[in-house]
Amino acid sequence: MNDTVEVPLYRLVHARAGDKGNRLNLAVICYDPACYPALAAQLTAERVAAIFASRRPTKVVRYDLPKLHAFNFVLDDVLEGGVNASLGLDGHGKGLSFLLLGSTVRLDKALASRKWADVVEIAADSRSDAQA
Amino acid sequence: MIRSVAGVSDLPTALIGCAAGFAADRTDAGIPIVRTLRERQGPRFLIYETLGERTLALSQIERRRDPARGYNPSLARFVEPILGDCLAGGIKIVGNFGAANPRAAGELLAGMAKRLGFPSARIAVVEGDDLSAALSPDEFAARETGGALLAARPPIIAANVYLGAVPIAEALDRGADIVVTGRVSDPSLALGPLIHSFGWQPDDWRRLACGTLAGHLLECGSQVTGGYFADPGIKDVPGMDTLGYPIAEIDADGGIVITKPEGTGGRVDRRTVTEQLLYEIHDPAAYLTPDVVLGITEVELAEIGPDRVRVTGARGTPRPETLKATVCIDSGLLAEAEISYAGPNAAARARLAIETVRKRMARRAPTLRTRADAIGLMSIHGDTDGTALDASTQTAMDVRVRFAAEAMEREPLELLNLEVEALYCAGPAGGGGVRARITPRLASASCLIERELVHPTVSFVGAER
Repeated sequence: MNDTVEVPLYRLVHARAGDKGNRLNLAVICYDPACYPALAAQLTAERVAAIFASRRPTKVVRYDLPKLHAFNFVLDDVLEGGVNASLGLDGHGKGLSFLLLGSTVRLDKALASRKWADVVEIAADSRSDAQA
Repeated sequence: MIRSVAGVSDLPTALIGCAAGFAADRTDAGIPIVRTLRERQGPRFLIYETLGERTLALSQIERRRDPARGYNPSLARFVEPILGDCLAGGIKIVGNFGAANPRAAGELLAGMAKRLGFPSARIAVVEGDDLSAALSPDEFAARETGGALLAARPPIIAANVYLGAVPIAEALDRGADIVVTGRVSDPSLALGPLIHSFGWQPDDWRRLACGTLAGHLLECGSQVTGGYFADPGIKDVPGMDTLGYPIAEIDADGGIVITKPEGTGGRVDRRTVTEQLLYEIHDPAAYLTPDVVLGITEVELAEIGPDRVRVTGARGTPRPETLKATVCIDSGLLAEAEISYAGPNAAARARLAIETVRKRMARRAPTLRTRADAIGLMSIHGDTDGTALDASTQTAMDVRVRFAAEAMEREPLELLNLEVEALYCAGPAGGGGVRARITPRLASASCLIERELVHPTVSFVGAER
């Protein structure tokens, strides 16, 4: 497929980080359910492990939530010991969702050209799309 | 206790507001919730979740220093503005703000109620979460999961097991106006009132899962109503300075609607609720609580009105055999020291400062592992080994260099802080604004505890003690 363009993830998904000990979870939610299959194909556990390579994850698992057009990534041992033990400023990893959001994926031009503002509206009223 | 024998669908919807999602949350969030609840009928509750993983150990340290304390230091600030309205309006308060000393918190609230003209307010205290005297260090070590922090038998500062919803429901069944707890599972703060309101049975896993899901969505306060969500131009949230904290409407069959008080800032929509739904979740098919194992893979959300989201599809399976306890131990000291560089070539001067301190510390305290961040270039997304900072090609006009190290003894840490301060004169040009401090650290381990070793109790401040 040559008809693809590189798109920053923050245009396609929103995300929230949560911590338990030295384990991070990243909830990743598509604005537009139409993007869910493309992200399912590209935003693999291996890809997320590569994005977080400097934090040396020992294991990354992706859980799929198609009804919410969302993924839940669980990254083990990326919090440098967690809030009690990290020498970093953000031991909770609150800001790590934005490390993911700064990454990119390749989308079909047609899919990528669905406009940002429209995407938000589509996401709000197309629950049938989400399950397609 | 008295529970309705009518069909569950005849029972009125319960309303639960959450006025705090962590120990240092906004203390005025309860006011608009209580205003809204007072205009409504049926069972109504206000919950406070103020007990993070470490908070309890810090409270235990405070209680050792002063046996009359050890509860949430903002307790009076949280409760005083709403207590009179809650007692007058039949709104029950449930909070884990008792921390390491629920009884002292209960006594404080009894005194506050009396001053406000409610001398007969019934204040229940849930205890039994503190296991520090119940198990030996060997017994804790044998039950540790996911690590081996306790293997060397360090002195235990606090050991508290996550209690469930049942003692909270019992306290309410016995007429409590306020229920003060220490460590309980966060969602249990909401599930307890629902078991009390609807008489849900202890093996009614589906309904218990619905109540747990409502509690999970409420437990972080404004995180479901626009807090920890706003991203200007991308995910806009109106009125961040007046965020409405959440209210859940739960019917007797477990139907849930998440909303917020009228006239407040924030937003409740599919996106805010989805983010909180997955917050701190690992396997979405199995979220473990003392009360039930919740599954959220089939959950669906529907926007049914302005700032109203209906939540359906929670699944429940039988509760775990064991309960989780958090055991906190002393973990030495943390040193942090910072200095800033600004203007042209600031990034290069910041990097030179890091290199200079690293070289000197390698000679003067070779075993001390020191981290360096360059705030403005790479810090939050960085790593302790510095690989991300080394790889970064960012530049900036305003950089704050931060060093951090930990040790069991003070001496090498004081040396680090002095080396950073010495950059004032001996470092790169224009370094300013040094701040340095040394603070104690705690570490925590998780243990799995057999239920038969845990004995929750409910008692009342004053008469029924």
